Amino acid sequence: MENEEPRIGVFVCECGVNIGGYLDTQAVADYALTLPNVVHTKVNKFTCADSGQAEIQAGIKEHNLNRVVVASCTPRTHEPTFRACCKEAGVNPYQFEFVNIRDQCSWIHMWDWEGATAKAKDLVRMGVARSRLLEPLEESSVPVDQNVLVIGAGVAGMQAAIDFGDMGYNVYLVEKGPSIGGRMARFDKVFPTNDCSICILGPKMVEVARNKNINIMSYSEVTDVEGFVGNFEVTVLHKPRYLDTDICTGCGSCQEVCPVELPSEFNENFGTRKAIYIPFPQAVPMRAVLDMENCISCKACEKACEPGAIRYDQEPIYEKLKVGVITVAVGMDAFDPLPHNNYGYGLYDNVITTMEFERLLNAAGPTGGHVVRPSDAVEPITVGFINCVGSRDVNENIYCSGGVCCMFSIKNAQLLKEKRPETNHFVFYMDIRSTMRGFEEAYNRARDLGVKFIRGKPVEITEKENGNLVVRVEDTLKGEIVNVELDLLVLGTGLVPNEGINEMGSILKLPRSADGFLTELHPKLAPVDTTTDGVFVAGCAAGPRDIAYATAHGSATAGRATRLLSVGSAPIMGITARIDEDKCVVCGICVDKCPYGVFEIVGTNGDRRINVVEALCKGCGTCVTACPTGALEQSHFKNDQVLAQVRNVFQYGGE
Amino acid sequence: MAEATATGTTGEEWQPKIVMFCCNWCSYGGADSAGMGRFQQPPTVRVIRVMCSGRMDPMFILNAFLEGADGVLFSGCHIGDCHYVNGNYKATIKYKFLKAMVNELGLEDERLKLDWISASEGERYAEVVTEFTEQIKKVGPSPLKPEGVI
Repeated sequence: MENEEPRIGVFVCECGVNIGGYLDTQAVADYALTLPNVVHTKVNKFTCADSGQAEIQAGIKEHNLNRVVVASCTPRTHEPTFRACCKEAGVNPYQFEFVNIRDQCSWIHMWDWEGATAKAKDLVRMGVARSRLLEPLEESSVPVDQNVLVIGAGVAGMQAAIDFGDMGYNVYLVEKGPSIGGRMARFDKVFPTNDCSICILGPKMVEVARNKNINIMSYSEVTDVEGFVGNFEVTVLHKPRYLDTDICTGCGSCQEVCPVELPSEFNENFGTRKAIYIPFPQAVPMRAVLDMENCISCKACEKACEPGAIRYDQEPIYEKLKVGVITVAVGMDAFDPLPHNNYGYGLYDNVITTMEFERLLNAAGPTGGHVVRPSDAVEPITVGFINCVGSRDVNENIYCSGGVCCMFSIKNAQLLKEKRPETNHFVFYMDIRSTMRGFEEAYNRARDLGVKFIRGKPVEITEKENGNLVVRVEDTLKGEIVNVELDLLVLGTGLVPNEGINEMGSILKLPRSADGFLTELHPKLAPVDTTTDGVFVAGCAAGPRDIAYATAHGSATAGRATRLLSVGSAPIMGITARIDEDKCVVCGICVDKCPYGVFEIVGTNGDRRINVVEALCKGCGTCVTACPTGALEQSHFKNDQVLAQVRNVFQYGGE
Repeated sequence: MAEATATGTTGEEWQPKIVMFCCNWCSYGGADSAGMGRFQQPPTVRVIRVMCSGRMDPMFILNAFLEGADGVLFSGCHIGDCHYVNGNYKATIKYKFLKAMVNELGLEDERLKLDWISASEGERYAEVVTEFTEQIKKVGPSPLKPEGVI
């Protein structure tokens, strides 16, 4: 088939009036018929419709076509459709060529009939020239290991692990912290329904622990991932807890006797924990962890531990895992207002963040659920909330944190008002983004309760001698400057990418968007897939989102990944790099240039050669350009195929 | 005939012919977005799609000039956003080399341009094409254009 004389069919789509209304499709088709090797042309009303595809297949049959060119919309949306159509009719899908005369021609030259028609002819000529040189390619496949890795055990990762586990796949759930649960474990109540966060999360954490297919690896980190879809080799670091988790019962007698007190991270540094501690009362696994950096080696815990679980000499352990698919759910951080002292945070005692407020509001928190202000531990009467702190701000982050912070402030004002009706609340906002189901109702409920909403971005915060704060803000709805005196000011901090996103981004070769979060394969049509085959992303690692959204995405990654697991094999695209060993001088330049480690030098001395791991290749073609001897070629984007297009931009004399 | 083609077949204002290389993921998407948003632009550009700006072989660009391009644009994802990790960074290295080569060929600096365009930047894509077309109109037809080529 490869050496067969090309017999090309050119199908020109009118796309209703989208193309046909702005350029002469019949003239384009007639012109195509004058080009070498073109034996058949047809103008279709809608080439992608059933009728249009039938016309392609009839053309293939009738004219014995071995190559097909479609001049229509864009390969980014319709290439798979036409490739499948060609394949059905016996033409290799890689001998199909797409010419874009809608998005990149008729739509952008709407009032230049002549110019658009001339350009469409050029584009078809270029496409036909390339088509002539296209080679048939076969898509290969690789087996998919039936184990799963989920990185991050927040609510998104937990949901993914549960779904994988329920479907019968063995899951390694790796969590950096000493307990699973993530951010959600720290919230008091969650919007818009205001249910108790840990009361709904706790049972889910237990469900994870009970699931026989889930292997929880807490206090562990993924340090390296090698391999490719279906065949990842993962290195996990198990950080030492300095106790035997099989013996520890989580009774907590060690933390009672430990003399070292440190700020409690779980409580946002309000209140303290010991050097050896149980992360929080609902922790899973319910095991202690010893913070060796702050341990004074008094050995009081060893004496207090009845079962004898303490192991001061424990070492870090590296474990290798083999998995077929990976869900990345490493979460996010809340914006830190400390470095820039946004709105006086860090300068004035009574300016706190939403996360700190959550812990104060929580009955299991450091104050037993009494919201008190830090300066004098008095319960505040007038409380202000500033939205968009670190979000929608050109000096910090321009993006909106998805309405999460709006709803946090609304919920927290509401909760405190319900708890202590004598309190007054002000929410300073730019816009209220109550976009998801039930959010607007929650916002209205807060208004009905008497929470006052002032539309304006505060310009100045000053502290009075009694610790009160005065917020100076333009009420843009009234058009006047107001000064509001508050007992406590809460900053509605936005969501920002965390360290884990950067680490996993580097380890798994996942691109990050301008906002710093991981980039999905497609923001709409592939929202949990990534550019690395077999790696999926869930939760806030791919941008700010609320709990419902994160949970749904956790499930979605399990669903998407199971397509590969259940079939047991993954397709590999045909556009990979190929090497001509006769031309290769084993210089190794491609080894450095490839971001995926496709190439490795094997053998010694006279027997050195480059080994190409095709399954790793994503088909960027960078290596081909870098290869000094021309030994490398990218299938479907070979040098002569691209050059054929370059040469056919131009012609002698015109028609 | 040859004279007529050098000034454009219609006898109206001369329209340059520009070859543009776009990466599949960002700038080709940006060109599509320009269409989706109906951002009008002169019909001077012929887009050639490669998977990554890192695939951009200097040979492609030099060939485009030798075949008769009045200008060459090439574009990929913004730095940091490359679909293939850092192919666009590698493209910048080639661009520096090509800039020097273009001068060697006796062409003006203005005839070669690298610009990053994301898949969502349809309007910017149209601006880049329009501005580059104006720029090429100012420098005029390429002295390397073989006689009789349009």
